[in-house]
Amino acid sequence: MSAALEAVDLKRSYQLEGVSVEALRGVSLRIEPGEFVAIIGPSGSGKSTLMHLLGCLDRPTSGALRVNGVEMSGLSDTSLAELRNRTIGFVFQSFHLLGRTSALDNVALPLVYRGTGKAERRDRARRALEAVGLGHRLDHRPSQMSGGEQQRVAIARALVGEPSVLLADEPTGNLDTRNGDEVMAILDRLNADSGVAIVLVTHEPEVAAHARRQIHVRDGLIELDTALAERARDEGGAR
Amino acid sequence: MRAREAFFMALEALRVNRLRSVLTMLGVIIGVLAVVILVAIGSGAKNAIEREISGLGSNIILVVPGQLSVGAAPTQSRLSLSDAAFVRRVVGDPSKVTVSVQSGETVRVGRQEAFVTIVGTDENLPNIFQRPLDRGRYLTETDVDTRRRVTVLGAEVADQLFGDVDPVGRQITVSGARFRVVGVYTTVGATFGVARDKEVHVPVTTAQRLIGADRINGIAVGASGPDEIEPLQQKVVAALGERYPGERFSAVTQTQLLGTIGSVLGMLTGVLAAIAGISLLVGGVGVSNIMLVSVRERTREIGLRKALGARQRDVLTQFLIEAVLLTTIGGLLGILLGVGGALAIQAATPVPAAITWWSIALAFGVSVAVGVFFGVAPARRAGRLDPVVALRAE
Repeated sequence: MSAALEAVDLKRSYQLEGVSVEALRGVSLRIEPGEFVAIIGPSGSGKSTLMHLLGCLDRPTSGALRVNGVEMSGLSDTSLAELRNRTIGFVFQSFHLLGRTSALDNVALPLVYRGTGKAERRDRARRALEAVGLGHRLDHRPSQMSGGEQQRVAIARALVGEPSVLLADEPTGNLDTRNGDEVMAILDRLNADSGVAIVLVTHEPEVAAHARRQIHVRDGLIELDTALAERARDEGGAR
Repeated sequence: MRAREAFFMALEALRVNRLRSVLTMLGVIIGVLAVVILVAIGSGAKNAIEREISGLGSNIILVVPGQLSVGAAPTQSRLSLSDAAFVRRVVGDPSKVTVSVQSGETVRVGRQEAFVTIVGTDENLPNIFQRPLDRGRYLTETDVDTRRRVTVLGAEVADQLFGDVDPVGRQITVSGARFRVVGVYTTVGATFGVARDKEVHVPVTTAQRLIGADRINGIAVGASGPDEIEPLQQKVVAALGERYPGERFSAVTQTQLLGTIGSVLGMLTGVLAAIAGISLLVGGVGVSNIMLVSVRERTREIGLRKALGARQRDVLTQFLIEAVLLTTIGGLLGILLGVGGALAIQAATPVPAAITWWSIALAFGVSVAVGVFFGVAPARRAGRLDPVVALRAE
């Protein structure tokens, strides 16, 4: 079975006023279906760049990225958009919900770009909202909901298309502790129940602790990958 | 994404920014409104003049000395009654030729006064022009030959001088001479601003003595059919040219008048429509401007849509539809207001207005085209936004 995400020696550099800045300097990782991984690092470590690459929002300067076994470098922008639509769900720190649009329509948006019919869209969006405990908030607009509720709407939106990977970028960053805990509990449960792989980008150790595997990023390189460390320890122990 | 979804998405975006949408539309609304109203007035004027000309009668050829120019009465005339007799011989049918000599005079009945146009003419007038009688009779050959002081009044003159009293058999005074009213015309309206209902017709011989001149202002010839007009016109002009070598005579037909006036007014209408079209163009620039602002404002939204799987063309379509909807709705409102305005102008003022389908279709088509033309650049910009950059935008 192919990995949900597999990166091989990913590099990404930017041109800033003529100077080349390397945000990622060669990152390799493999995320299996159903895994729960936290990417941890201080700001400027390159973790956001990594997340954009993993989410196919950006293209690497060099290196390979395979999503469900599909190499993304060979895909056109249009195909990448379709790939995002079908296999990746995004949860952002600042929710990114459409204002003046009901929770139901916000959640149904990815299905619009998939060409799903209206009745089916509404049905699936409703079920996704129920799954995050917002069955009673279908017609509320973002401005009528708390931050925690808004982030739960965003999670429902990320899951409505049944992706294989959910990328969450500091999902608790704009929430207080109680709402943050609630959101993390939902992510824990979704990972356990639906088998969607979750990649969590954060700089908070307590949030990262929800993940079974942690990848520490610093200065554009992986500093520590607990999965590899465990394997190394196991192998070392066996020897 | 389905087209229907894109349509409703765009409509929703316009609804959310209602005031801005309406203000942006305003440019298009005013442009379309101006096109529709101005074209309606132009076409209305053309129709009215065409109606007036054909109201004169059918197959008329007007012969005047010198070069004819519309609206200017020829001042120096060398035509006389003997020329009219000559033209009668040329035409062959004397009853199809009539003459006219005109002078502005004050007429009196008791204390009632009216300033009128005295028209000296003959018994053949009704054979050529459409001048139905309301009561009484036309002038006769005997009236002309014996220089009788009889008159047929235009409807408005009769009303002014006699009111409800039947004027036939009564007398009016023109420059101290008494005339007996023998007939009254029905109302026929104005042609080229000549109030034909304010005319007082008298025998041409009587009129010449009254004015103190031998001249006549013009000769009118009635052709027997539309095909006869042009040959007859040439024949008459050529014959008069032979009779008076070195002088010019003009003969003008209704068709030629219609053609000349039609093309002048058509050009005028076109120019007006083009000027109005410029405001439509300015409205389009406004749409482009607002769409660019909208794209910038909604950069994060665009980034999000792309992250969720919107393709470049989905985003482009959404914004293009928004722009086209703006101008199309604006165009429809402009058409409604323009038609309403044209009808109101017609009802409230003497300006005639004719709403033409081509101007409405053109205005609508142009407003849709303006939306596409001015919407493409902002929509492309939206479609090409890099999702990573867009998501980070403030």
